[in-house]
Amino acid sequence: MKFVLALVALVALAFVPSFAGPYPLGLGIGVLGYGVLATAWAMFSGPTRYISLATVAFFGLGAYTVAVLSETLPYPVVLFVAAVIGLVVALIVGLATLRLAGIYFVIFTFGLTELVRQLVTYYEVNVTRTLGRYVFLPLGPEHIYWQLLALLAATLGMAYWVRQSRIGLALRVIGDDPVVASHLGIRITRTKLTLFSISCVIMTLAGAIQAPRWTYIEPSIVFNPTTSFLVVIMALLGGPNRLFGPLLGAVPLFLLFEWLSANFPNHYSIILGLLFIAIVFVLPNGVLAAGESLWTRLSRREART
Amino acid sequence: MLFSAILTGLVLGGTYALVAMGLTLQYGVARIMNLAYGDIIIAASFGAFVLFTALGINPLLGMLIVIPAGFALSWLIYAVMLQPLARRSRDRGRLEGDSILATFGLLFVIQGVALVIFGSGFMSYSYLAVPVDILGTTIAANRLLAFGLAITFGLGLWLVLTRTRFGTVIRAVAANPASAPLVGIDVDSVARFAFAIGGALAAAGGVVVSMYLTFSATMGVIFTMKALIVVIMGGVGNLMGALAAGLILGLVETLVASFIDPGLTLAATYLIFLAVLVVRPQGLFGKAAR
Repeated sequence: MKFVLALVALVALAFVPSFAGPYPLGLGIGVLGYGVLATAWAMFSGPTRYISLATVAFFGLGAYTVAVLSETLPYPVVLFVAAVIGLVVALIVGLATLRLAGIYFVIFTFGLTELVRQLVTYYEVNVTRTLGRYVFLPLGPEHIYWQLLALLAATLGMAYWVRQSRIGLALRVIGDDPVVASHLGIRITRTKLTLFSISCVIMTLAGAIQAPRWTYIEPSIVFNPTTSFLVVIMALLGGPNRLFGPLLGAVPLFLLFEWLSANFPNHYSIILGLLFIAIVFVLPNGVLAAGESLWTRLSRREART
Repeated sequence: MLFSAILTGLVLGGTYALVAMGLTLQYGVARIMNLAYGDIIIAASFGAFVLFTALGINPLLGMLIVIPAGFALSWLIYAVMLQPLARRSRDRGRLEGDSILATFGLLFVIQGVALVIFGSGFMSYSYLAVPVDILGTTIAANRLLAFGLAITFGLGLWLVLTRTRFGTVIRAVAANPASAPLVGIDVDSVARFAFAIGGALAAAGGVVVSMYLTFSATMGVIFTMKALIVVIMGGVGNLMGALAAGLILGLVETLVASFIDPGLTLAATYLIFLAVLVVRPQGLFGKAAR
């Protein structure tokens, strides 16, 4: 039943570009893009509580790969190469930091964006001698929309499968108590690394798919740390431990951010920061969990009277 | 060439060490991983900049204003924002996670305020920019002063922590926050005070930075990152470790910048960080893993 419902929703969403104007379609692309990023983020960071602040490092890597290779290779091959690059970087980061306490992972991902941005800039300035790049691909906004929709469906499917499977259970045990997990015979590092890599590859693809939208790409555009920040706040608002939580957080927050950046361009980041702090304080487990606990409290009270 | 690079590296390293000492206090004693730390540094740089260019107060005197302000601001941040989190989460992992998220939000608030007031351009002012001759190489007097200040503050803090009763109390909380109350220590107020001292050191570092580097509103992240790397390299809570690690980091950065390529300094720092994480996660001078 649930499956049929999801399929109907997917098909209905696929017809949006046929009647929506360019502005709503642009909003749709933004919502889908952040929905993918937030869901992918929560797939790893939700159960383990290893907070990754490097979403945009992978997103930007994907976008940059498309910018560099789009003229020499066919588009599907470019997407594949982007995924491989994302995987390799994820493995390097994961192998170095996932064996250690969560704090090292957070710190490393915190600086990873800046590192990747500087390395790409260095490479472009010294090796290829061009800082900005143009992306000319015969892809309209509706194509990007459909690709993102497919990626979102695949991400949600993957997240659903992970939750049902042994590896998802293993990840939850690790998040609750790593000592217990190791006594149960769970290979902690390998489990974390697998999920982290999957999540990063999805983020890389999200960046690669959205690259043609910018037309002009340079490191400071695609490696914008605000994106990482938005993804974390979205996932936290919706609830990182629910399947649809991050997506549910992404929709209202993306629309709110669009409105804020149009109306308060100068005070944007202050409002964002305050909102973020408020969410950490008031809704540590997300809206869905808060709603559920409120619901159980209310229904218990009703039962009593 | 080599000697002058080493000299510049030591100056830079001294600043890193000073800044990292504040962070190691905040993380080691108050258990707050403060991602907004670098933005406090930059805020202090802007403070010194305004005092010098608008009011004509020289940075040394400006410190008398900026450092107490950094102390007060951090005290306030801890009391209003972080103490409720610390009370809410009794286990350490939860507090670390929550404090990282909350200070991550704070980072954007402080940076946003700086952007609104000062814009995103690079700032600098010229104070004591006279060349001084040392063993055949010349170096600007403000850099020497910056190095002297960093060493003075660092040594002063170390003496306070190791030689006074109050320092012992702080070290007791750092060593074991659960047992400290058993000997009559108020952990909450000690943590708040340590966090505020950390903020004061960040402010001192900010003034020192503003004397000889150009800075901008969005540079806070880089300083946070470098301070974190120094803290982890030196071992969490280890002041002398932070001093040594800071000097090493400064030296490596300057050597890479002058002999390989200035665009690769951050990559070099990260490489060191990765190497330390893989080989000695407890830090170069830390005790064995807890």
